[in-house]
Amino acid sequence: MNISSKKNSSLLGSRRLLLVVPLIFLGLFYFYPLLKIFLLSFFPEGVWDKGEIVRLLTSTSVLKTVWFTCWQAALSTFLTLIVALPGAYIYAHYRFPGKRLVQILTTIPFVLPTVVVATAFRALLGHGGLVNTLAIKYFGFSQPPIALEQTIYFFLLAHVFYNYALVLRIVGSFWAGLAPELNHAASLLGASPWTTFRKITLPLLLPAIGSAALLVFIFCFTSFGVILILGGPGYATLEVEIYRQAVHLFNLPMAATLSIIQILINFLLMWIHAALSEKSNLSWFGSGRSGILKPVKSTLEKFYVGSHLLFVLGLLLAPMLALIVRSFLSDSGWTFDFYNALLQPLTNSIFYVPPVTAILNSIGFALATMTLALLLGLSASSYLALSTNQGKAFWDAIIMLPLATSAVTLGFGYIITLNKPPLNLRDSVFLVILAHTLVAFPFVVRSLLPAIRQIPHSLREAATLLGASPKQIRWTIDFPLLRPAILVGAIFAFAISMGEFGASSFVTRPQTPTMPVAIFRFLSQPGEMNYGQAMAMSTILMVVTATAFLFLEKLPSRFGER
Amino acid sequence: MPLLQVKNLDKQYGGNPLLSAISFSLKKGEILCLLGPSGSGKTTLLRMLSGLELPDGGEIFFGEKAMAGVPPHKRNFGMMFQDYALFPHKNIIENVCFGLEMQNWPQSKQSQRATEMLALVGLQGFEQRRLETLSGGERQRVALARSLAPQPRLLLLDEPLGSLDRTLRDHLAGEIRTILKSQGVTAVFVTHDQSEAFTVADQIAILHHGRMEQLAPPEHLYRQPANAAVAKFLGFQNIIDLTSNPAAIPAAVLKLAGSFHPETKLLLIRPEAARIATNIGSNSLVTIQGVMTKRIFQGQMFQVRIKVGALSLSFSLSIDPSPPEVGSHITLELNPAAIVPLQGEMRS
Repeated sequence: MNISSKKNSSLLGSRRLLLVVPLIFLGLFYFYPLLKIFLLSFFPEGVWDKGEIVRLLTSTSVLKTVWFTCWQAALSTFLTLIVALPGAYIYAHYRFPGKRLVQILTTIPFVLPTVVVATAFRALLGHGGLVNTLAIKYFGFSQPPIALEQTIYFFLLAHVFYNYALVLRIVGSFWAGLAPELNHAASLLGASPWTTFRKITLPLLLPAIGSAALLVFIFCFTSFGVILILGGPGYATLEVEIYRQAVHLFNLPMAATLSIIQILINFLLMWIHAALSEKSNLSWFGSGRSGILKPVKSTLEKFYVGSHLLFVLGLLLAPMLALIVRSFLSDSGWTFDFYNALLQPLTNSIFYVPPVTAILNSIGFALATMTLALLLGLSASSYLALSTNQGKAFWDAIIMLPLATSAVTLGFGYIITLNKPPLNLRDSVFLVILAHTLVAFPFVVRSLLPAIRQIPHSLREAATLLGASPKQIRWTIDFPLLRPAILVGAIFAFAISMGEFGASSFVTRPQTPTMPVAIFRFLSQPGEMNYGQAMAMSTILMVVTATAFLFLEKLPSRFGER
Repeated sequence: MPLLQVKNLDKQYGGNPLLSAISFSLKKGEILCLLGPSGSGKTTLLRMLSGLELPDGGEIFFGEKAMAGVPPHKRNFGMMFQDYALFPHKNIIENVCFGLEMQNWPQSKQSQRATEMLALVGLQGFEQRRLETLSGGERQRVALARSLAPQPRLLLLDEPLGSLDRTLRDHLAGEIRTILKSQGVTAVFVTHDQSEAFTVADQIAILHHGRMEQLAPPEHLYRQPANAAVAKFLGFQNIIDLTSNPAAIPAAVLKLAGSFHPETKLLLIRPEAARIATNIGSNSLVTIQGVMTKRIFQGQMFQVRIKVGALSLSFSLSIDPSPPEVGSHITLELNPAAIVPLQGEMRS
């Protein structure tokens, strides 16, 4: 009889408990709402109705929505690749002063909340945006010369803005990691530079490009806030349509059916992505050292690198700067009015809740989300890291499932599920916290898991032999080593909660809005004061998220490759 | 007429000289080893031969033709990389065929040649295998087959055995020589391992701090290292400075040194020079006496260290007769042929 194996099995028994709480959470607040969506779609009147769903599925409006969603996502992906691939080449091959700064600046858009991005684009190119205002004021236009608002170009531009960094980072770091010897070997075997690119570099890059493109596609496919705010009523992707059917038209069976389509396509895309990244994970990164970066020397190189950087920084920074400027600029000149208005409950405001409440709400929700997501995440990732159980890959996949579900679908599921007994949370602020936690939870697990796995098992064994009890090991070995990862997870959860819009647009109650919801309300109302307050609140939200991101970049390890 | 001629190559890196005034030539079919410690510039020299890096000064001639301005892919030189640089998205035979494809060989000829090359390196039947299924030694063979297939005019090998373990290296080094010789390939082989260089090379060039210290066939190099740097790099320990403290040097050794060039300041006693004295008084041998300070049995021989006056000398002794224990007195006979003068002075 082996003592250690007996001890291990009893330990494992207690480890199972680690998984139980997260699973109960997922069961109640993820699978149960999802199940209700299915039931609502297949049993609209409480009885099985195949005809209804077939009718909905084949109706031209549904097909049109699906087609438009795919089409705009594909076009956005294509445009993003065109802009970002030259950047990936620069990133992987050149060194120049300020490279790190450029890298950080170009990544900020990716972490901004969708509502902020949409507001920023309106601040720059919208009807009353900076460019149009200046054109009318200084160049004598009688009409705003740029009429992008409520056109497809507006949100395509925003999608490129959003996803540039994603392609840059995935493809760029993969490209930089390709052993330069492969190119040299091809060259010495007689391949010209063009042949080398075609036969060696491109085939090796394809998995990375494919993976990045698929991710961009997924993000654009589930894009909600940007399309809702920039596209206007003329454009409906699945997400926007679910929202309209549920919130504006109260056609819940229709919304449920659309949700199912959304869930199925999403799962399919995520599955393809997982399969692809597994395949591309081969060890062709040479000896782990990355290629030597060249300085930008020749005139041609200077022109190429310079023009790309100018273009990209222009594209990425202009909306953010315009947002800040616009938040201080009224028709009568520079002003703090919009910020002041945020802090004062004006009686004539359409807002019957003072805007400052939204800010406090958001912070409160974010702190609660952070705590809850961390507790669940620590518990789940401890199980996944320490368990020797065969089934843990399965549980890992289960835990990641919420990632593959759009926030709008979740929000919709919540309002049809958690508004009546046995779980009547409809009027409770918990609904928002639960939704945010569900969105943040997979990210927290993903930040913690590698860190827990990295702790060599021998450290714990050494501590045991030096006389530490399991509890002492947890506090003296595990926790100090995990602190950076816990911090990363916490910031992630906080930032996600601050910016979350899709689910919040369903579950926030009128009297307890969050910042993104408040911004959306401001934007939906006419008047300069509302517009200005949207700008001001977006600016605040942008600063908070960007700060959180910059803080993450400063942290050592995994974040920001060097 | 040499095939490859290198004249006065210079290379700098960040203002510091990396290689200076490198000149040598190589005949068709010869194998040259560039031997030196890391940082000696040997890989840079190889990369300049390949055209992947350009010299700051000097010239490289191949046959009659100056290589300056000829890009790597137009040189028809082969190169074997330290990490092999096998193309991960191609299987074994596709890797071997790549160079043939670039030379526009017809399909059938390509696979025939590739199969031949794989057979040559002992990988029959590996054609369709995936790269991930191969061991380190097998990958090394594929890389060799790939670089030989297009019949390169010159083959460059950059530490091709560097990432393999000792036993495999010793085995493959001999095999590489056999294969290169059977194909009549002219080759330049970079390594930091002397035993590898001795096994593979016709000529060895010792590089040290960016300079070529000596160029000689292996045996000559071992018997007569040019200077202290070369001797030290080859692992010789008994380097005696004749100028520092003549009184500490055994009279017999000093007497022998008297027959060398009067400018000689350094003396090398090779470790295999000694055997335990049997007929004391023989005039043809140099006799020294000392105290055993170290005695390590290594199977084929004893590694011993002996204190002779102020000197401490290391020798490899035959295991018969067994040398006395540490602390005992010992008398050794040295073969005068194994005591050689070194040029120059002691420098680090």
